[in-house]
Amino acid sequence: MGQTITEKIFSRHCGKECSAGDVVMAPIDGAMIHDITGPLAIDVFREMGGKRVFDPKKVIMLFDHQIPADSIRAAEIHQNLRAFAKEQGIHNYDMKEGVCHQVVPEKGRVKPGDIVVGSDSHTCAYGAVGAFGTGIGSTDMAFVLKFGELYFTVPETIQVRAYGKFNRRVGSKDLVLALAGQIGADGATYKTLEFVGDTFASMPMAGRMTVSNMAIEMGGKAGIVPPDTVTWEYLKGRVDATPFELESDEDAVYTETRSIDVTDLGPKVAVPHNVDHVVDVAEVAGKAVDQVFIGSCTNGRYEDFAEAAEILGNETFSKDVRVIMVPASRDEYLKILRAGLLERFVEAGALVEAPCCGPCMGGMFGLLAPGEVSLSTSNRNFRGRQGSTEAEVYLSSPATAAASAMTGVITDPREV
Amino acid sequence: MRVWKFGDDIDTDAIIPGRYLTIYDPKELASHAFEGTRDTFAKEVQPGDVIVAGRNFGCGSSREHAPLAIKGSGVEYVAAKSFARIFFRNAVNTGVLPVICKETDAIPDGAEIMVHPEEGYLECNGRRYTLEPIPAFLQKIVDAGGLVAYAKSL
Repeated sequence: MGQTITEKIFSRHCGKECSAGDVVMAPIDGAMIHDITGPLAIDVFREMGGKRVFDPKKVIMLFDHQIPADSIRAAEIHQNLRAFAKEQGIHNYDMKEGVCHQVVPEKGRVKPGDIVVGSDSHTCAYGAVGAFGTGIGSTDMAFVLKFGELYFTVPETIQVRAYGKFNRRVGSKDLVLALAGQIGADGATYKTLEFVGDTFASMPMAGRMTVSNMAIEMGGKAGIVPPDTVTWEYLKGRVDATPFELESDEDAVYTETRSIDVTDLGPKVAVPHNVDHVVDVAEVAGKAVDQVFIGSCTNGRYEDFAEAAEILGNETFSKDVRVIMVPASRDEYLKILRAGLLERFVEAGALVEAPCCGPCMGGMFGLLAPGEVSLSTSNRNFRGRQGSTEAEVYLSSPATAAASAMTGVITDPREV
Repeated sequence: MRVWKFGDDIDTDAIIPGRYLTIYDPKELASHAFEGTRDTFAKEVQPGDVIVAGRNFGCGSSREHAPLAIKGSGVEYVAAKSFARIFFRNAVNTGVLPVICKETDAIPDGAEIMVHPEEGYLECNGRRYTLEPIPAFLQKIVDAGGLVAYAKSL
């Protein structure tokens, strides 16, 4: 019987044939901790009797959720994490590089076929480079830090085949929102989502990162795009590895296969307060927005800002909208800066902040007051996610966000 | 031992809002549990109370602050039709037992409830509801008294 990518990855790691449903102890290639969930992982690591982490080279530390420290408490957390990194010989990117899910692939800390865990639910993002990335809690992370391995149930796989070419100003975010709407918030729970077909094959890495990132919004344990020339081209100079093939066998067993033709796909919006409440932009067009956020690990890359800039042209953002833009990493920030986009956005009235999670997790800045409406390119619109529980968060692509930031109301980007 | 009844897709932002994630003490987290979405919970919850919910309880973030906030409030069991994967594991690891009960629709808010995980049922208003068995490898962790105790035994 053939194997899925996921079964192949676990088989290679465990040195035996693994099938979906098997419970295995698998060695870990990378373990990422950040400033929110890292401290608890370290406390529990010590409680478990941990003295030295399993392999300092495989532990990735960075701060992105509350940077620069927004409180004395956050500053103390950063201080403690820095001390732990120093003591253990862990490379700490500190607050200097950006959001974890951008930084890990960017710095070559993940490659195809790896099993990487992060104490952050969007760790599934590393599926964009063909790895099995999955989010875990702090106690599981403590176990990984101590032993370098973790229990997994080898997940079943849902194959999602996308074909066709995107319409103008429609892209990977609209596709993944459409999928969330179809599959539902728990439709892929415990499962890998495997993204195949010519739409994914021709999708640049930035778009793949957007799609894989949101696998968790369907409950997915991982969201894998099979590695191909796009993947290896992206990883060139980042990882020390010779390209190899990794794809599911033709006779691999899926619990479900879905296909979606993107030819007719239009801009999508997730409406409050669930990511799977997805509608066509026309259904909410005209809704006034108080704040637009373009950024996050989902849509904070150069390509996202370039699309926003193309739509903005020489116009300005609406005077009634607070536009907050946050590149996902220092590298992406530099690209935006060097291309002259930063200047254009600031001229147009946006606040461009340094790389961090920003308003996405509602803990640091850009919080919403009761009754306010935000349109955001991030990944979650849960009640209270970006501030008041009486505020509303809508999710969209960078194109829809940019168009809406100009008009002050939710706007179809094809109409500006 | 009362029921705190919740619906489907209760996310970790609802359980503990993002602005409290610099807190790690379960009791302090508990004082903000369900803040803004169900303010009576933190005020009135009593040790031994049980959270009963619909589908996909604990979806969203991997923050272990969520089960810790529940634990800090004295709740030992969450009964739901299904759980989000990361929350389920975090709950087991931190000592809040997630039990799967497909019939939670029939359980009303505020009712008297007793959970008997080892016997595989919960009892509410004189009726017994079956619980699904916990996966074998997780049972080992539960039996050991959580992942920390399990790790120490390795």
